[in-house]
Amino acid sequence: MSIIVVGLSHKTAPVDVREKLSFPEAMVPDALKALKGYEGIKESLILSTCNRVELYASVNDSGMGVAQIKKFISDYHKLSPESLEQSLYVRTDAEAVRHTFRVASSLDSMVVGEPQILGQLKDAFEFALKAKTTSAILNKLLKKAISSAKRVRTETKIAESAVSISFAAVELARKIFGDLEGKTVMLLGAGEMAELAARHLLNNGVKSIMVTNRTFERAVELAKEFNGSAVHFDDFPTEMVMADILICSTGAPHYVVKHDAVSRALKDRHHKPIFMIDISVPRNIDPEVNKIDNVYLYDIDDLKGVVSSNIEGRQKEAEKAEEIVVQEVETFLQWERSLDAVPTIVDLREKVEDIRKCELEKALGQLNGISDGQRNAVEALSTAIVNKIVHAPIVVLKQEAADTANEELFKFARKLFNLDKELKRHIHEKGIGSSGKDEPGRG
Amino acid sequence: MVYLLSAAGYIAYIINPELKKTARASFAGAAIGFLLHLAYFSFRWSESGRIPVTNFFEAINFLGMGIVLVFLVMEFRYRIAALGSFMLPLVIIFMIPAATVSGKIEEIKPILRSGWLGVHTTLAVLGDAAFAFAFIVSIMYLIQERQLKAKQWGAIFRRLPSLEVMDTLGYKAISFGWPLFTLGMITGSIWAEIAWGTYWSWDPKETWSLITWVTYLVLLHLRTMGWRGRKMAFLSIVGFVFVLVSFFVVSRVPVGKHIF
Repeated sequence: MSIIVVGLSHKTAPVDVREKLSFPEAMVPDALKALKGYEGIKESLILSTCNRVELYASVNDSGMGVAQIKKFISDYHKLSPESLEQSLYVRTDAEAVRHTFRVASSLDSMVVGEPQILGQLKDAFEFALKAKTTSAILNKLLKKAISSAKRVRTETKIAESAVSISFAAVELARKIFGDLEGKTVMLLGAGEMAELAARHLLNNGVKSIMVTNRTFERAVELAKEFNGSAVHFDDFPTEMVMADILICSTGAPHYVVKHDAVSRALKDRHHKPIFMIDISVPRNIDPEVNKIDNVYLYDIDDLKGVVSSNIEGRQKEAEKAEEIVVQEVETFLQWERSLDAVPTIVDLREKVEDIRKCELEKALGQLNGISDGQRNAVEALSTAIVNKIVHAPIVVLKQEAADTANEELFKFARKLFNLDKELKRHIHEKGIGSSGKDEPGRG
Repeated sequence: MVYLLSAAGYIAYIINPELKKTARASFAGAAIGFLLHLAYFSFRWSESGRIPVTNFFEAINFLGMGIVLVFLVMEFRYRIAALGSFMLPLVIIFMIPAATVSGKIEEIKPILRSGWLGVHTTLAVLGDAAFAFAFIVSIMYLIQERQLKAKQWGAIFRRLPSLEVMDTLGYKAISFGWPLFTLGMITGSIWAEIAWGTYWSWDPKETWSLITWVTYLVLLHLRTMGWRGRKMAFLSIVGFVFVLVSFFVVSRVPVGKHIF
């Protein structure tokens, strides 16, 4: 049994290729079902985001599994297999596990440490669970990947700092106000970045938003979009009193927010702090404003500075995160290897249990007229002896399997306890034991 | 000693924020330190048969204990580990002079033996401890405020709570400490009347306390008028400097009744 990952990401394919191969959420259950029909695919999961499309599977034979998945992708998207070859990468076994953990921990993301990927992976897992296309191995893989990602997040600072302008704005606002609950933001002008920053602030607890624009209609439009209120452009210096955060992005070639207006507004709001973000170029807020007490002015370069120093910090944290991933991969691989011992252990237990029952019957046949209590004592004795004898070999098998994946050891153990021939003959002769369990290929 | 360890733990935490466990251990350390301190305090009390606050050594000990108590309560309530990194070093700085002066138990003048002694000093010390807390928070506020304005982040920037939280905490501490301090002055004055027959005699300690009291009163008044932030933090630091002066300098000047 081996784990494989076939896919493509922002690292191997441009967006137009990723688009073609993506699985929109609505299609995922159907795709999982289709994938199930391919030969040798035991378990499967599809992760499709705007930056990556990846298919995870557990298969009997990795070479065949990879071929089957590639075939599925080209069939499903009706693309020639050759056209895929260039952008698809393949990871198998330990590499596949490592890849999964790195993706979950956001180490493989375009913006390292971005938090969305873990949620997307959880969703993908959820879909697969609903479609019942995963079982023991992928379930364990995904659970471990998710818990490792959480470990990475708590033990490193990888996700702590903001690496986009709009998140940097939220972070700074938190540094000034703490909880953003109940704060008011004022959007002066429009523009993609300003709107994004406003949206992030709203998502992080900001209560209300005021929008103002030179063209009032545009302000009304935006206000509706944000569920806020529109303010006439001429009124903004007085309305500014209400704003805890001011995002400014107008196309004006001069200062729109002036020193006097700000210092007046501050007096009127009893010197409660104002956080001003000037995204416009050329700047629209007089830089002198930053010298006023309780006013914190950040222009686009300041925010970029915050972001770039944060990115640097993340790189360092990513190294620590990689170490955690290495540890977690090792524990997963140990678990996976220990599965190899399971058939041998099951056979061993069955065999000794058969012997015990058989010998017990013989002995009890000879002991006539013993009481129930005595009978129980003899039974308990037999169980205890058998359990004690097999305990040590079982522990060793499990441990060795986890540590080394030593095939020879299982062969040797089977020989030592005579599991292969004896077991079956025994069961046949006596007709005891659960016959359904000794399916071929167990050893 | 335990305080020293705890302070070291907190400083390590603020330098390396991954040491969350160290910070938690430091909190426990500070709590244990406080209990030991309290035990020592009680021991001295039972040895001397009076509340041990009558000489310089004892007074500093008592103040240190008060500060740690305020710190423990605030830390427990607000969970701002960075507080410890500032508060405990302050306590240690306080305790150093205590270690250098004689710790032996002295007899006090019978005229001062009174239940008022405990009430007056406890109130004053709790007030001072609250001011010390406000002082620390104000320093933290100013550090963060300056970094936010200058757009340059120091190593501890991330560990500091938000400006608004620190501003509010500082104000709360003062509005809690000031009434206690006021009561401390009133009880002291009543006691003075009993002991010396006069409510107020302008001895240096009394004068400085009055200055301190007025400073914080002005601060509270300005606050209700809408002052906040940097200026408040400055004023709170000034107020605490007066506390320090009256505690460490005035007490050593050999004039008046508050000599230790």
